[in-house]
Amino acid sequence: MSTTVLEAPATVLDASAALARTHGRPGIRDTASQTLAMAWRALKKMRRNPEQFFDVALQPLLFTAMFAYVFGGAISGDVDSYLPLLIPGIVAQTVLTTCMATGVQLREDMDKGVFDRFRSLPMSRVAPLAGPMVADLVRYLIAAVLTYLMGLLLGYRPGGGVPGVAGAVVLAVVTGWAIAWAFTWIGTLARSARSVQGISMMILFPLTFLSNAFVPADTLPGWLETFTKVNPVSHLVSATRDLANNGAITAQVGWTLLTGLVVIVIFLPLSVVSYRRSL
Amino acid sequence: MGAPPAVQARGLVKTFRDQRAVDSIDLDVRQGEIFGVLGPNGAGKTTTLKMLATLLSIDSGEARIFGIDVAANPHRVRQLIGVTGQYASVDEDLTATENLWLFGRLQGLRASEARATTRRLLEQFGLEEAAERRISEFSGGMRRRLDLAASLITRPPLIFLDEPTTGLDPRTRGQMWDTIRGLVADGCTVLLTTQYLDEADQLADRVCVIDHGRKVAEGTPDDLKAQVGESTLQVQLAPGADQAAAAEVVRRILGEEPVLTPESGRMNAPLPDADRAADVLGGLRAAGVSIRSVSVARPTLDEVFLALTGHDVPPADRADGEPGPGAVDIPDDRGSIAPLEVAR
Repeated sequence: MSTTVLEAPATVLDASAALARTHGRPGIRDTASQTLAMAWRALKKMRRNPEQFFDVALQPLLFTAMFAYVFGGAISGDVDSYLPLLIPGIVAQTVLTTCMATGVQLREDMDKGVFDRFRSLPMSRVAPLAGPMVADLVRYLIAAVLTYLMGLLLGYRPGGGVPGVAGAVVLAVVTGWAIAWAFTWIGTLARSARSVQGISMMILFPLTFLSNAFVPADTLPGWLETFTKVNPVSHLVSATRDLANNGAITAQVGWTLLTGLVVIVIFLPLSVVSYRRSL
Repeated sequence: MGAPPAVQARGLVKTFRDQRAVDSIDLDVRQGEIFGVLGPNGAGKTTTLKMLATLLSIDSGEARIFGIDVAANPHRVRQLIGVTGQYASVDEDLTATENLWLFGRLQGLRASEARATTRRLLEQFGLEEAAERRISEFSGGMRRRLDLAASLITRPPLIFLDEPTTGLDPRTRGQMWDTIRGLVADGCTVLLTTQYLDEADQLADRVCVIDHGRKVAEGTPDDLKAQVGESTLQVQLAPGADQAAAAEVVRRILGEEPVLTPESGRMNAPLPDADRAADVLGGLRAAGVSIRSVSVARPTLDEVFLALTGHDVPPADRADGEPGPGAVDIPDDRGSIAPLEVAR
């Protein structure tokens, strides 16, 4: 058994020197490198617990096949003509569900002892929130790519070709990341991971289903059609459809990115404030 | 003006709901000393420490770390302290190496510096063999060691240790004590909380006793023990023994009034010096009082408490297996250091 006694140090600690070295607040570069370090941690944890990818991987596979065969005939006459409508909808839905997982996992993580250490370290208060979100980009990417692959398997032939689909995937990933800040905020507020899940579901279900994700909006009653038009999820779905099916960058892309920006501007500061307060 | 005190707190208050967990506590910790905060569960030790370590907001009062105001400059204070919590604050899913590397990076070390520091700390704390194992596979003692190592990455001049040895077996406990002494030799100041008088006695230069969020005493461990007597002689008299005669022997030899429990035939007497136990036993034999068993107990936290506050450690605080009154320093199931020492 090796000894745990500290060896005589080369220099004896000098408190006044340490005092002189202190600085008032973390700089931008510190914040960036701390965020990357936290992202590294989150990626390590993802690799160690691959079961958390089940929902990301299974949902697009299952939902794409289910919706295509169940609703395809009723909505578009046959499966093949429903796929161009459905696939972008599933992408949006999957990305949003993944956002929810971001909030749930942050809450779980914050309840662990290691967060006490993060709080006691002289580090930026954004990094513990932003780090996992950077790592989550991987998840959005997996979810979006899998959905398109499943679509291709079922006979979907996107008119936008490779560039169109790639653009649609990037847009979905970026939007997902932006919207995840709202769920991160819920994560810092809620008392338990279970309640994060509950609250998030209540928000997500209406948002995804009361949109043009699965059905053409003009089949809906007037008031509902109006709602789906302003629903940000509809913008994402329309933008993705335009990109993937026609290779066209339309105004919908702009609306989607604007929505994402608004979400970040509102919820990033709220999340940081709420995280600080949870000290 | 000389060096600022490592910790200076005035009138610290923390209220949870309507309960004052910490009720105007003053603390002064000098640079280079080990300062112990002693008290039962729920006394407010951890809350006090968390306020000083910027982990909890201060409701009222003021705290300075090396002269820097905790509430006004938490970021600056965090650069001067290392915190090792009661429950290991390391990442369960990462290995020991990854944990230390991460904490090093988060504190601004370059990747190569973080690697070198990690290697040095793992070696110092005897964790090289476990370096690539995940923390979830670690024993309690290994976790504590890694946790402490993680607090030392940037060699902060002040270390907070929240119950550093609660739940450790005696050997690991002794190693932890050696490590803590080593920190101070290194120039660190240590503020630790503990439930064990024994631990405060072994480690701390000065101790303050906290009860119900208030400071009830402060001084060296010797000062505290002096208030309750060095140890207690506990005699179990044989059935039918002359209890009055036994009490008379104690009065004559020790000059102290024994506490008799006539129903069970137990007699307790404060011992200024453990060697005097032999005199009492000799006296009892000479007086023809026969005994069943005898032991000499060192004062426990409960007795210190009783002496300082006039009340016992509240039973609620003992709910999860804390030592009871007159019981041992450490619960047996955690592997105790023999608390009842037979007359030396």
